[in-house]
Amino acid sequence: MSSLAVGAASRSADAAALGLRSPKYFEARTATRDPKWVKWTLVTLGVSYFVLFLLLPLITVFYEALRKGWEVYANAIIEPDAWSAIKLTLIAAAIAVPLNVVFGLAAAWAIAKFEFRGKQFLITLIDLPFSVSPVVAGLIYVLVFGANGWFGSWLRDNDIKVIFAIPGIILATIFVTVPFVARELIPLMQAQGKEEEEAAIVLGASGWRVFTQVTLPNIKWGLIYGVILCNARAMGEFGAVSVVSGHIRGLTNTMPLHIEILYNEYQFAAAFAVASLLALLALVTLVIKKIVEWQQTKSIAASQKSAL
Amino acid sequence: MSSSTTTADRWPNLAPASAAPKTVSKSKRSTRNVLPGFSLSLGITLTYLSLVVLLPLAAIFIKTFQFTWPEFWDAVAAPRVVATYILSFGTALAAAALNAVFGLLLAWVLVRYDFPGRKLVDTLVDLPFALPTAVAGIALTALYAKNGWLGSMLEPLGIKVAFTPLGVFVALVFIGLPVVVRTVQPILQDNDAEFEEAAASLGASRLRVFVQVIFPALVPALLTGFALAFARAVGEYGSVIFIAGNMPYVSEITPLIIITKLEQYDYRGATSVAVVMLVAAFILLFAINLLQAWSAHRSGRAS
Repeated sequence: MSSLAVGAASRSADAAALGLRSPKYFEARTATRDPKWVKWTLVTLGVSYFVLFLLLPLITVFYEALRKGWEVYANAIIEPDAWSAIKLTLIAAAIAVPLNVVFGLAAAWAIAKFEFRGKQFLITLIDLPFSVSPVVAGLIYVLVFGANGWFGSWLRDNDIKVIFAIPGIILATIFVTVPFVARELIPLMQAQGKEEEEAAIVLGASGWRVFTQVTLPNIKWGLIYGVILCNARAMGEFGAVSVVSGHIRGLTNTMPLHIEILYNEYQFAAAFAVASLLALLALVTLVIKKIVEWQQTKSIAASQKSAL
Repeated sequence: MSSSTTTADRWPNLAPASAAPKTVSKSKRSTRNVLPGFSLSLGITLTYLSLVVLLPLAAIFIKTFQFTWPEFWDAVAAPRVVATYILSFGTALAAAALNAVFGLLLAWVLVRYDFPGRKLVDTLVDLPFALPTAVAGIALTALYAKNGWLGSMLEPLGIKVAFTPLGVFVALVFIGLPVVVRTVQPILQDNDAEFEEAAASLGASRLRVFVQVIFPALVPALLTGFALAFARAVGEYGSVIFIAGNMPYVSEITPLIIITKLEQYDYRGATSVAVVMLVAAFILLFAINLLQAWSAHRSGRAS
């Protein structure tokens, strides 16, 4: 599935590169301008749908989190179990994201700069985790590393715990975030071609130097974008992590799992307090995404100008 | 789909320059690639993919082949499991359909009209991509519960959302909306005014221009968005389980039954149902790839 989150977003960045048509473009022309009543009816309908299904849930998170006051809010976050959940979430993301960045860079380099058979198939394989249900993603690791799994008895003999322990959580997190960076970089690097790199090689630069001084500056905004999306998903993953975690309080609970436990114990204010941290992270992610898109449009406009 | 010939098909030389393929592969001309690192980067890619994705996925199929056919069939065709398929696929289909209509509308509004708050809406449409599903789940539940803002308004009308199949539907609408908007939006932005101007100058009404000129060009992207939203909704877990109520035969989704079976140490049952979901996902993935190829072909873009 070439997308879900990332593909669609990169296509919109692509559209920006193609010369974004703003509403002004359409509203300035008689042929593409709609009557006022049509415009405002559609705007009202669309925005109402947006408010009903997206904005209200977001506001609810912050409203419920602060309903019982700041003190309850602060206590829910500094409480030791919440703290250890936050720490585990950060650890899982700190391992999963860099690994997927290395993978994404390698995959994009191989796919964008070289021709080989089965390339399209490889791209589909990279997208595969997007189309696998998170629960199934967790289950496959239980089948491999669980007590009855392939390596189950070997792991038990060597006293290594993967399932219901931190390694399992990290593995599940890696699985669900594999495509993010690669999906972002592949179309970008394909569009940029390889003339610049070839020129640098011909001028005698080493492969590593070409990568760090020619390729990386060209893809930095796309890379940042891929990293923040990957990070948001890594910190927020629920289904896959839920299957492999075992829900041991203070030990194998990530933030989303901690939210679930609090919620099921009817500690709604505390659940929403922890949830509001993740909602803030989501908002920051969206703002950075906008900045990155804006920078991309700007740098493409600049390169088009210099090409003239 | 005979009625869906696009404007670009009918007037090929009128195709907007901006929609022309951006990259022409020049590598075919050069006989030798001077860039280094092919085996290293491909090696890392294949090793990593195999270890993290392919081997664990293979495990589930190998495990399934160890079951006898009646064992497998009993697990996947039990009435309680079949009820979850109907709920999961049915609500996913309905949510994707609603999002296809309103996602198109929202994309249209964002591309065509200037209005206060447009940039805010455009930024926040991606929220379900960035907001953890568990957070979405508890927020929707609080909103639609009997004492919630929306739930208390719907209660007197006799409409119950939280802890019913309708709740599952609401959660799936939430996670699917940006998928449709972000698939359709770039195609709408690429639309050149020329086609509409030509149609208008030939005397077509605005409605007719939309139905016969604009909409046909959007069909592939809209279907792709619909299929992507459907695929995502079928496997969704986090945002659904809080609001669903999870009653067997009524509001229990397929991913949940996998977890239930796991918790009862019924590994065989869990694995069998998971294989059904995986096969469904692969079929959808295949369909989406075909749709995207069609969409890219239609909009004149290289994939």
